[in-house]
Amino acid sequence: MPGAGKISSQAGTRRASPRISRARRALYHALLLGGLLLFWYAMTEPGLIPPFYFDDPTRAKFFFGQPLAVLHRIWSWFYGGGIYLHLGVTLLETLLAFAFGTVLGLALGLWLALSPTASMLADPYLKAMNAMPRVILAPIFAVWFGLGITSKVVFGITLVFFVVFFNVYQGVKEVSPVVLANARMLGASGGQLLRYVYLPSATSWVFSSLHTSIGLAFVGAVVGEYLGSAKGVGYLIHQAEGVFDIDTVLAGILVLTVFALILDFVVTQIETRLLVWRPRMTETEML
Amino acid sequence: MIGPALLLEHITCRFASRERQGERYTAIQDATLQVGSGEFVCVVGPTGCGKSTLLNVAAGLLQPSAGNVQALGEPLAGINRRAGYMFQAESLMPWRNAVDNVLAGLQFAGVERGEAQRRAREWLARVGLAGFEQRYPHELSGGMRKRVALAQILILDPRLLLMDEPFSALDVQTRQLMENELLDLWSADRKSVLFITHDLEEAIALSDRVIMLSAGPASHPIGEFVIDLPRPRDVNEIRLTTRFVELHGEMWHKMKNEVLKGYARSRQN
Repeated sequence: MPGAGKISSQAGTRRASPRISRARRALYHALLLGGLLLFWYAMTEPGLIPPFYFDDPTRAKFFFGQPLAVLHRIWSWFYGGGIYLHLGVTLLETLLAFAFGTVLGLALGLWLALSPTASMLADPYLKAMNAMPRVILAPIFAVWFGLGITSKVVFGITLVFFVVFFNVYQGVKEVSPVVLANARMLGASGGQLLRYVYLPSATSWVFSSLHTSIGLAFVGAVVGEYLGSAKGVGYLIHQAEGVFDIDTVLAGILVLTVFALILDFVVTQIETRLLVWRPRMTETEML
Repeated sequence: MIGPALLLEHITCRFASRERQGERYTAIQDATLQVGSGEFVCVVGPTGCGKSTLLNVAAGLLQPSAGNVQALGEPLAGINRRAGYMFQAESLMPWRNAVDNVLAGLQFAGVERGEAQRRAREWLARVGLAGFEQRYPHELSGGMRKRVALAQILILDPRLLLMDEPFSALDVQTRQLMENELLDLWSADRKSVLFITHDLEEAIALSDRVIMLSAGPASHPIGEFVIDLPRPRDVNEIRLTTRFVELHGEMWHKMKNEVLKGYARSRQN
């Protein structure tokens, strides 16, 4: 059952902390973050505490960066506007990889699930391609498609495709035979069965894999950029690493994390809007 | 007159066993039955006697191994277009709300959306679900889902209703309510009905004629009882009449032997 894991984890948090209010929990989170930043600051600020590991007091700063410098870097990126082009490129790559990967996975998943011959022929190859560590393809795509966004999009597609494909395949196989027979009795033709029964059923499975697939599209974009490009947040990180600018590397990672959280939030919003029909376990049956 | 709503002649259904190669399972052996125009016929039989198989043959969902199927006097090829099928299990599309489920058949037939919606709302009201149009199946109770399924079928105005233990998953009270409502809806335009159940009381209370099947495998009709109870009926009250008790006793005597046979056979395996 898709989504079941999420439900149980929600129930889990509710059971684990029944008495802590929302505001208080936010306060604890903030305190924890503040403590960590303070620890980071204390350990890397030259001359603040007596040196105990590195001989040179500026060495810790060199290896681990400094929270203020990282924040300053992020601020100057957004204030100076230098980051927007790179963020835009990463976002574009993510969305394109996600869109093409989903459409391809949906189409092929439907086709193979409904055609026994095709699925028999393709089965071992699909399994092999899924088992292959596909990150290794990124350099090949860079050679084939150049250093522009195409190679990143193609790489992202190979990651997204399989998640969607297997979900759709499963979704079609698990369409209730009664619902199917009922639609046939109500006069649905072959094409109508595809459009009104198989497709909605498969789409619900696609949505249940949405979080995973958008995440993978993002990973594809960043890793692709990191391995060779001239634009994108992954490129920024790679450049900074080349000159041992740890502050910028950490700033890039922070921006990517926040970016990923925002993407995930958007996906959750879309999901709750489109899957209203799906029963939630916490919901009691209406009489 | 165009002949009976449904005619099954010498139907045999044999399945290849999935577990053991080469082995055959005969669900139905040489069954002949007929549903007249406007007639309410119940088929009863012990569990596992192939009642649903017979219904699937009548619906055109299953091709019999041998025999002849006629709908309204014409040989049946493919799905029985003049029949509505009410399933035992959940048959509604979970991703569609009540209205969209009811109008599915009209949509498949190419009826314009506004018109389809208007008629679907009308039918939902007729099965007592006005105000529940926007609910999804999981937001409805078991009885309500059955009502939606009924509306979904009746909106297409089928000549023959095929019902496969439609109320067996409901509690006793809801079930009797649904039975009475079914009789009300049926008496409005007297569609032909082939209703399958394992419950003798339900069969007698609802039907004009009860056909009894033998225990499986190779089940076939072993008896036919005309139910001469007056209509309109109330399924609660009619159970208390002497004629009902008489019919029930007569049929139960015959059915008991079959149930015992089926039980003995299942113990052997």
